[in-house]
Amino acid sequence: MRSSEQNGQRERPKDPWADSPWLKPDETPFIRIENVSKMFGDFRAVDDVSLSIYRGELFSILGGSGCGKTTLLRMLAGFELPSEGRILIDGKDVTRVPAYERPVNMMFQSYALFPHMTVEGNIAYGLKRDAMSRSAIRERVNEMLQLVQLTEFRTRKPNQLSGGQRQRVALARALAKRPKVLLLDEPLAALDKKLREQTQFELANIQDKLGVTFVVVTHDQEEAMTLSSRIAVMKNGRFVQVGTPHEVYENPADTYTADFVGNINLFSGMVTAAQDGQVTVDLTDFPGGVTLATHQTVRPGTEVSVALRPEKIFVTRDRPDDPKLMTAAGIIFDQGYFGKLSVFRVQIDSQKIVQVSAQNRIRFSKRAWDWDEHVFLSWDPQSMLVLAS
Amino acid sequence: MSAATDMVPATRAAGYGSLGKRVYALLNRHWQSIAIALPYAWLLIFFLAPFAIVFKISLADPIIARPPFTPMFDWSADAANRIYVTAENYRFLLNDRLYWLTYISSFRFAAVATVLCLLIGYPMAYAIARAKDSTRNILLLLVILPFWTSFLLRVYAWMGLLNQNGIINNLLIWLGFTDGPVQLLYTDFAIYAGLVYSYLPFMILPLYANLERLDEDLLEAASDLGARPWQVFRDVTLPMSMPGIIAGCLLVFIPAMGEYVIPALLGGPDNLMIGRVLYDEFFFNRDWPIASAVAIVLLAALVLPIMLFQHFEKKAEAQ
Repeated sequence: MRSSEQNGQRERPKDPWADSPWLKPDETPFIRIENVSKMFGDFRAVDDVSLSIYRGELFSILGGSGCGKTTLLRMLAGFELPSEGRILIDGKDVTRVPAYERPVNMMFQSYALFPHMTVEGNIAYGLKRDAMSRSAIRERVNEMLQLVQLTEFRTRKPNQLSGGQRQRVALARALAKRPKVLLLDEPLAALDKKLREQTQFELANIQDKLGVTFVVVTHDQEEAMTLSSRIAVMKNGRFVQVGTPHEVYENPADTYTADFVGNINLFSGMVTAAQDGQVTVDLTDFPGGVTLATHQTVRPGTEVSVALRPEKIFVTRDRPDDPKLMTAAGIIFDQGYFGKLSVFRVQIDSQKIVQVSAQNRIRFSKRAWDWDEHVFLSWDPQSMLVLAS
Repeated sequence: MSAATDMVPATRAAGYGSLGKRVYALLNRHWQSIAIALPYAWLLIFFLAPFAIVFKISLADPIIARPPFTPMFDWSADAANRIYVTAENYRFLLNDRLYWLTYISSFRFAAVATVLCLLIGYPMAYAIARAKDSTRNILLLLVILPFWTSFLLRVYAWMGLLNQNGIINNLLIWLGFTDGPVQLLYTDFAIYAGLVYSYLPFMILPLYANLERLDEDLLEAASDLGARPWQVFRDVTLPMSMPGIIAGCLLVFIPAMGEYVIPALLGGPDNLMIGRVLYDEFFFNRDWPIASAVAIVLLAALVLPIMLFQHFEKKAEAQ
């Protein structure tokens, strides 16, 4: 996903996390969160959470507002003291180490740039707190300014910068001290869509170049998907699932994750047979059973949900004749045009409404489909996923 | 051509209606300037008019008459000079050491009181700004509460506290710190106590308003970048609260400089303050021109430094 084009030389993008340290049992984690809880009065913001993050990862904590993700990040930064459990960074217990002594820096959602200091002053601030020589500070500031391409803005005050420029100053300031871990709180939330996409790749590039471990907190699943080595999906102070973007998207642990990470159609059904990782499910919306592969252990007779992503469904005017595909007839109930793709809500014969998204591969001079048009939906049954309900 | 000239009155008639509509349109368009201009005009007139009168009196000679100063304009037919002004009062002020000493002494009282108010008020304002919502309102109310009693009455109360057999002396004797009563009233200490007590709210309130808005993220960001708590205060809190500090200091210093009641009631005959001298010149000596000159010099001494300060601040900001 990462494109890097520097010094005119074209470098072939490669999978930055091909070696997947989290799969190696003897790899020591760089950050260990051990049974950490945080209480605010009677409210458990973070509830007995354990997590290992490895050196050089770009780890995202994904969740809705109030799920405890920011509290967890603030405990890593040292702004909140865990009520229970401990936190280790690079083998050292930092649970009770104050924020100003942690080898960790944070990029704030509000950027928190010092308004009374220039861009340079902001970036140099952390360096001046260490006993660093003036020349070394100047050198590092120049280096950071180059990294975020703000050299010509060095004497500006934050209020003289655009939102994107402020974001880059905040990033440069947080990276200037060469922290072992960089914490990012909703790093792209305040940027507009175009800038967000561009900055996503910049962030990933910088992370790759400096090899700093990034921990990102975000509520934006797209941001988490494109950036991360791994994602932890959080809900009610606990992790629902921890895995690579691919795993979380294609193999969500439950309906919450499936729905939070992208859109999802859920069909309810009853398990009629299960063996060797194969289950046969009778779906209420379609006649006949369907046999699916699954990691879930479900017994015959249990109710399950079967999930199907909207983009894995095809819309056609004629019934497809491929016998491997599952098909359903329906009418277009509603549709939305998003430029590169269209989203349809199709009412199938069982009255259920199914969401379908289709790439607009061909340029139509006018709308390709009409409301109430009779269509056929088809999909590969292996695209369906069994989720315990 | 003729068609075009015919058009003009027609469009005018359509654009403006009756007088009422025109007034309404005018108000609608200019309400902002009117809302600002009217009160400012009021303030300007009732500041400038007395100022002009006082300035005029300061340029006259004292005489025993009613009013007790020479008129500036003489309309009588046999007058040698139609306009009479003199700088004699200002020359007298400059040459008399008493006035110099009084100005300096007033300045010292006001400056020390301002610094004391700042030292006491800053931590208070900070604590109030960082308090829980429910307690914060109570704390603010307590700061404002003294204003519900007359200022004069509160200064009188201090006389009772500082008296030879007042509460403070009785307490000191009872605790065994001293055998006999200590002279507290009619000393510098009494004036400082009165000034700091009376003007502390004027320091706390602007500081509170400033500190309450201070973005907590900035403090955390500084701490995150390695600043110890005192460094966070020095590098972020203090510079960010500078506008509040300046506002508070001006609000304390300016009225303290011209204070009359506190030195008159709590101070002794040696504790010179310009407000008292002004009062004495006016009412005991009935020398209105000198009193007016004292007031004008005081005003100039207060306004000029502030204007200079603002000028340089603007310059620094522009850079």
